Amino acid sequence: MAQITLTVNGRSVTHDVAPQTLLVDFLRETLRLTGTHVGCDTSQCGACTVHLNGNAVKSCAVLATQAAGAQVTTIEGIAAADGKLHPMQTAFNECHGLQCGFCTPGMVMSAIDLVQHHDCSSEAKIREGLEGNICRCTGYQNIVKAVAQGAKAMA
Amino acid sequence: MNARQSFIGQSVARREDHRFLTGNGQYTDDITLQGQSYGVFLRSPHAHAKIRSLSTAAAEKAPGVLGVFTGEHFKAVGGLPCGWLINSIDGTPMKEPRHPILADGKVRYVGDRVALVVAESVEQAKAAMALIEVDYEVLPAVIDLKTVNSAAAAVHDEAPDNRCYLWQIGDKDGTDAAFKGAAHVSTLTFRNNRLVPNAMEPRAANAQWNPSSDEYTLYVANQNPHVERLLMCAFVLGIPEHKMRVVAPDVGGGFGSKIFLYGEETALVWASKQIRRPIKWTAERSEAFLSDAHGRDHLTTAELALDKDGNFLGLRVNTTANLGAYLSTFASAVPTILYATLLAGQYKTPKICCTVNAVFTNTAPVDAYRGAGRPEATYTVERIVETAARELGIDPAELRRRNFITTFPYATPVGLTYDTGDYDATMRRAIELADVAGFEARKAASAAKGLKRGLGYSAYIEACGIAPSSVAGALGARAGLFEAGEVRVHPTGKVTVFTGSHSHGQGHETTFAQVVADRLGIPLEDVDIQHGDTGKILFGMGTYGSRSLAVGGTAIVKALDKVIAKGKKIAAHLMEAADSDVEFSNGVFSVAGTDKSVPFASVSLTAYVPHNFPHDKLEPGLNENAFYDPSNFTYPAGSYICEVEVDPATGVARIERFTACDDFGNVINPMIVEGQVHGGLVQGIGQALFENCVYDEESGQLLTGSYMDYAMPRADDIPHLTVETAKGTPCTHNPLGVKGCGEAGAIGSPPAVINAICHALGVKDVPMPASPHNVWKAIQAAR
Repeated sequence: MAQITLTVNGRSVTHDVAPQTLLVDFLRETLRLTGTHVGCDTSQCGACTVHLNGNAVKSCAVLATQAAGAQVTTIEGIAAADGKLHPMQTAFNECHGLQCGFCTPGMVMSAIDLVQHHDCSSEAKIREGLEGNICRCTGYQNIVKAVAQGAKAMA
Repeated sequence: MNARQSFIGQSVARREDHRFLTGNGQYTDDITLQGQSYGVFLRSPHAHAKIRSLSTAAAEKAPGVLGVFTGEHFKAVGGLPCGWLINSIDGTPMKEPRHPILADGKVRYVGDRVALVVAESVEQAKAAMALIEVDYEVLPAVIDLKTVNSAAAAVHDEAPDNRCYLWQIGDKDGTDAAFKGAAHVSTLTFRNNRLVPNAMEPRAANAQWNPSSDEYTLYVANQNPHVERLLMCAFVLGIPEHKMRVVAPDVGGGFGSKIFLYGEETALVWASKQIRRPIKWTAERSEAFLSDAHGRDHLTTAELALDKDGNFLGLRVNTTANLGAYLSTFASAVPTILYATLLAGQYKTPKICCTVNAVFTNTAPVDAYRGAGRPEATYTVERIVETAARELGIDPAELRRRNFITTFPYATPVGLTYDTGDYDATMRRAIELADVAGFEARKAASAAKGLKRGLGYSAYIEACGIAPSSVAGALGARAGLFEAGEVRVHPTGKVTVFTGSHSHGQGHETTFAQVVADRLGIPLEDVDIQHGDTGKILFGMGTYGSRSLAVGGTAIVKALDKVIAKGKKIAAHLMEAADSDVEFSNGVFSVAGTDKSVPFASVSLTAYVPHNFPHDKLEPGLNENAFYDPSNFTYPAGSYICEVEVDPATGVARIERFTACDDFGNVINPMIVEGQVHGGLVQGIGQALFENCVYDEESGQLLTGSYMDYAMPRADDIPHLTVETAKGTPCTHNPLGVKGCGEAGAIGSPPAVINAICHALGVKDVPMPASPHNVWKAIQAAR
């Protein structure tokens, strides 16, 4: 066991973790932040995407100990303190960018990262940018629409 | 009175989204109970083997272990039941070998459940699982559909030729006669490729036994909790139905794969009483690939007979359908009742005969996956029709139009009666939307780049609603196929609706609320939709076959009618009027021709504070149930057009345009309907271009067991889709006039894609998935 301290959604947390504990399991099981999901076991689906020091990562591919001292933001941490949704959350609702909701947290975290750090100036660029997140429900069309709308709202 | 806007036909943003967008959804794996323990399943590494010996002694002593269970523990309980009896042509019933909860002396596919290990943590359970010793005697694996009936081994002793049934529908002699008089016969043999449903939430269950009440609670990722409870209690474990509560909380997609009763949750429920602790199991994705019921997997030869003018005379179809190693819950119905009855398609083909050879193999069970039989039927019809058109040099749209059914109701030669439709309208509109007129110019532009461009059509029909019970029963169904609903009006006029339909992405909490708010004339915020809990909902058959709004929604409408009827009587009493003079509109009860009126909430308050109440005629309260059993299926239909560009140097086929025009009858929420079509189309495009579940034909090992081997469609694989819902022909036999939209995209799209690729290359066939490798091989073969 190793003791780690990190900041999750703006709050400092300190816990003992086993060295093999994945960040996603630490978030889900230890902190009970169950909005981050596990959809595969090969780091392909992106349902577990969170922000680590401001960049999107697949939290199934990061050890909890690697996040020691870091800033982690999960889907639970992106709305404003007063509950007002992040523009990307609003865009997903308005554009019907989700159905079953399981891939949604990872998709929204990837979308925010895409807007902040990458090119989402065209539909083709957005589609390319979402390549690491699998959705089985929406056929992606309304997700792409939501990301474009969210990007405008974030500008 | 102010006219208020109807909620029907409005793209209301979804009310369920907030919890999903903020991480507050509650899926089965998110639920952790007091005293939680964890289960893992030891699975067979072999496709077919006898278990010579099995030792769990070391595992039982491992740290944290609470129990180890094997087939021995489940000898006294039932096997997993199959819900549909199919009889062979000779009248004998299908072979129904025992489907054990845990393997009973033999394993029959890679991933077959051998043992359940329960421990304080998943890690401890996995470590203990590694200590279980199994001595297998490996047997030859039965995999290849072409040789399955004469294979060296039998999957089940009861079926030495590996045949579950040999079934037939239609007029065989009449069809054969039609072929004798034909001017042209088109023939095509193809595989409808095997798919893995891949809901993004893997299957999961958490079972708890309460020693104080002797009651069980099962949280499970499932599409039909009442069916799950009935099957598990009555047919397997013998638990009294009233001592079991099944909760299907937020469910992360189903697509059919979560309809079925599986051995995993059944074992968990039984074991939870043995160890007196709740047990949670969540499938890993690799486990899901091995053990979720798969879809499709047909080998089919289709022959279409035409006269000299291109009129269809007869369709003859022979299909070998892979059922996998065991009969899953609805496996037997998929390649028969849900498949061959759709072979008329949109056409007035007078004679049809279909023979289905349903077989056992050493592969995971195969059952309903989005469309369930209807995609296979549509692929058969739409590929052979397009093939005939190309062979005869007739425009494929024109050949279809020549054969469209145009008068309704229409009784097909394969047992269905279509109530309504306008196939020419959706075809004409799709042709406009797809700019077919501009195709030749686009083709020339592609050719200038050394690329080949093709156009493919598909005019699909599906039977949805999956009902009525009496017809289904006559065809072998062992279940009713109605739906139940309850409308509970609270004293303040707020309304909770309990529906037997289950929402796992379909947006019922919004669409159903629109129906209720519209009928009652109350704000949407005053309506709450509850589903997915046998402890709350009176009964339910659940969600599959695009049935929720047509069947479940209608049950709610019938309950609403009863609420309004009782409300009128209460209002009549309050207004001192005759019952028959009271009208209800826009949330207000009024007396015709007077200015007397009472709002809905006053009536509901009176129902629960019945000081001034017609006690001699009515009971207090305002709470009504309804069960709805439809009189017919519903028949959504439409036309899809796919345009592809193929690079002959690499075999890469890219969809440049995809156009869909669907007739779903009336539409409550167009935004949600379009979303359903998008998702269905991409699953169908996935089948046509990318997805393929492959077992090694020698060893029976699953070769496509992860997202690195099984190609899921991703955002950049898919073009922008053009989707339009036609004004449509409302269903004639439900009060909403709705038909269902959930499966259409997956049903109609695969043949459009393959037809387009064949057109581009000028070849007769390209197998699904039309991967670069398969396309390149087709190009080389045609040289």
